[in-house]
Amino acid sequence: MMKVINIDKQKWAGGVESLSKSYRLFGPMKEDDSHNFKELKKGELPDLAYGNTKLSPKSTVFPPSEAMFTYTLDESKPDHHILQDVKKDYSPRAVLGMRPCDAKAVSLVRMNFDTPEYRDPYWMDAYEATTFVGLACDAPCSTCFCTSTGCGPFNEEGLDVLLVDNGNAYIAKALTEKGEKLLAAAGFADKGDDAAVATKKAAAEAKITAKIETDKLSEKVIMDLYDAPFWADIAFSCINCCTCTYACPTCWCFDIQDENKGNEGVRMRNWDSCMTPLFTMHGSGHNPRDKKPQRVRQRFMHKLKYFVDKYQKGIMCVGCGRCVQQCPVNIDIRTVSKTMNDYVAKC
Amino acid sequence: MQNPYKAYPVRIDSIDVATEDKSLRTFKFVFLNPEDENKFAYESGQFAELSIPGKGEIPIGIASSPTEKGFVKFTVFRTGLVTNHLHNMKVGDIMGVRGPLGNSYPLKALEGKNIVIIGAGFAFTTLRSTIVYMLDPANRKRFGSIDVIYGARNPGMLLYKDELTAWEQRDDINMHITVDGTDDPTWKYHTGFVPMVTEKQAPQADDNTYAIMCGPPMMLKFTKPVLDKLGYKHENIIMSLENRMKCGIGICGRCNIGKELICKDGPVFTLAQLKFMPEEDT
Repeated sequence: MMKVINIDKQKWAGGVESLSKSYRLFGPMKEDDSHNFKELKKGELPDLAYGNTKLSPKSTVFPPSEAMFTYTLDESKPDHHILQDVKKDYSPRAVLGMRPCDAKAVSLVRMNFDTPEYRDPYWMDAYEATTFVGLACDAPCSTCFCTSTGCGPFNEEGLDVLLVDNGNAYIAKALTEKGEKLLAAAGFADKGDDAAVATKKAAAEAKITAKIETDKLSEKVIMDLYDAPFWADIAFSCINCCTCTYACPTCWCFDIQDENKGNEGVRMRNWDSCMTPLFTMHGSGHNPRDKKPQRVRQRFMHKLKYFVDKYQKGIMCVGCGRCVQQCPVNIDIRTVSKTMNDYVAKC
Repeated sequence: MQNPYKAYPVRIDSIDVATEDKSLRTFKFVFLNPEDENKFAYESGQFAELSIPGKGEIPIGIASSPTEKGFVKFTVFRTGLVTNHLHNMKVGDIMGVRGPLGNSYPLKALEGKNIVIIGAGFAFTTLRSTIVYMLDPANRKRFGSIDVIYGARNPGMLLYKDELTAWEQRDDINMHITVDGTDDPTWKYHTGFVPMVTEKQAPQADDNTYAIMCGPPMMLKFTKPVLDKLGYKHENIIMSLENRMKCGIGICGRCNIGKELICKDGPVFTLAQLKFMPEEDT
C-alpha cells in the first residue's frame, strides 16, 4: 500500500522551495493566453490553475531540439571529425502538476525509446532522472476524451505522485519509491487519507462525455484500412501545418541534423513531423508519401492501427484533446477513429 | 551500454571509381580503434550509417563480406548532400561508420538450399557481400547451387567487374551477366533486361530453391511475375527494401511501411511478408 500524504496548501510553496534544492523543477506557467511547461526559476511556483497546457510536457524528457554530439572539422586538432559526447545535466528533476493523460503518454512513448535491442540514451537518461508529479483533473476541457483511451482524469499510470486538489489541501498519493523520495525531500509528511478521492474521481469522469471509438480497430486488417476510400476526404482540409504532431504528447518522430559554425559543429536532433513531404523524401527525389492524403493516413494509421497491432497496448492517443482543440481546420481524431472503427471493407 | 547514435571513427583506406560514369565509388574503411571492428560484427544484407561530421549520415548497404577482415566496404552512388561530399573525400580522411543496422539475408536458414541471386544496377552491393560469403572456402559446401543474374545499363555500369570475371571462371557458381544494350562487339554475355534473363536462366523452382532479389523498382516489378510464372513460392523470394532513414534503429519514425520499420524489422523481407504490407516502398 502506497503512502497517502496530506499537503496543506499553506505549506506548498515552502515544499517547492525545499525541492528546488535537490531537483530541477518543471511546471506549468502562464504564457500569453495559455500555459506551457517551463523550467522553474528560483522562487517560482508552478501555476496549477490551468486546464491543459498548449504543448504537452513531453519536452521535459524530449526537448524540441537537443545536442547529441559535438565535433571539430579543424584538421590541426587530434580528434577532428570524431563525434564527442555532449555533457548533459541528468541530475534529479521533477515535473510538477502534469495531467494524468500526459503521464500516460510518457509511458506509451517509452516503448519506442526503450526497446529490447536499443536504448535511446538521451530520452531514457532524462526519463530516469525525472520524478513525475501529476495533478488530477477536476475540470476537464470540452475536448477531453481520456476516459475512452484507457486513461482518465485521475489515472495513475506513468506517475510517481498523484496530487488531488481537496480545497485547502492536496491529497498526495505516493505511487512509487521515487515519489516517496520526492515528498520526503519537500518535507511533506502529514499523514493523509484518500477517502475523498473516489467521489472526486467519479465526478470528474462523469464530466467527460466525449468519446473515441476504438473497440474494433484491432480486428481490422491493416491493408483494408490502408486502402479504404475515406483518406482523401479526411485529408482534404489539412494544410500540413504540423500543429497536431508538435502538440501531441505521444508523437515522437525526430530528425538528425549537423549544424556548423566555422570549424565547430553539433549533431542535433530536432522534433520532426510526418506531415511534411521532406520527412520521407529519398535522395533520388522519389517520395513514398509525397501526397497529403498519404501523410494524413500515416499519422492516423500509426496512432490507431500500427501501434495497436505492434504493442497490443491500445491506441497511441491519451485523449488530451490538444489536436482537436488546435487544428486550424478542425480535423478531429475522434471522427477519424470512428470512421476507421466502423469501416467494413467490401470484398 | 554503447550509445547507438555514436559512429565508430574510421579512416578512408581506399577509393575506387566503380562505374565508367563515375557516379559510383567504392570506399574501404579501416576502424581507427581496432576493437571497434569486432563490435561491428555484421552479416550480409545489413547496412550502416556512413557518418560525416558536419554533413550528416546516410544509410548504405554493406558491400564487404563478414569473411573479409580488416576493413568494411561500401559502394556509394553520388546523389545528395552527404554522398556528394563523400565522393570528394580523399584517402586518409576521417569519418564515421555506425552500425551494423537492420536484419540480414537469412543465410543460416538457406544452408543446403539452391540460391539464385537477382540484382540490377547499383543495388548489387549487399548481393556482392552475400556471394563472397557463400563462395568462401569455409562456406561454399553449405549451400546448393548458386546462380547469379546481374544486369546493368551497359558494360561500363557493372560493379565489381574483376570479381564478376573471376566468378565467371569458377564451376561452383553460374553467372548470368546481362546489359540492357551495348555496341561493344566483344561483349560475350547476355543482352536484355533482368526479368527476361531471369525467365530463361533462373533455376527450376522447387521448395529447396530460393531467390534473393535487390534492385531498382522497375526491375523488381517485372521480375516478380516472372518468378511467379517459374513457380517460386513467395516465402522463397527474399527481398531488400529501402526508405529514407535517420536513426537506423527503429526510433525516429520515418521509414515504416505499415507497422514494419524498414531500418529495424527489415530491410530484408520475403515477398510473402510484403503482401501484408502497404506498397509504400520504392
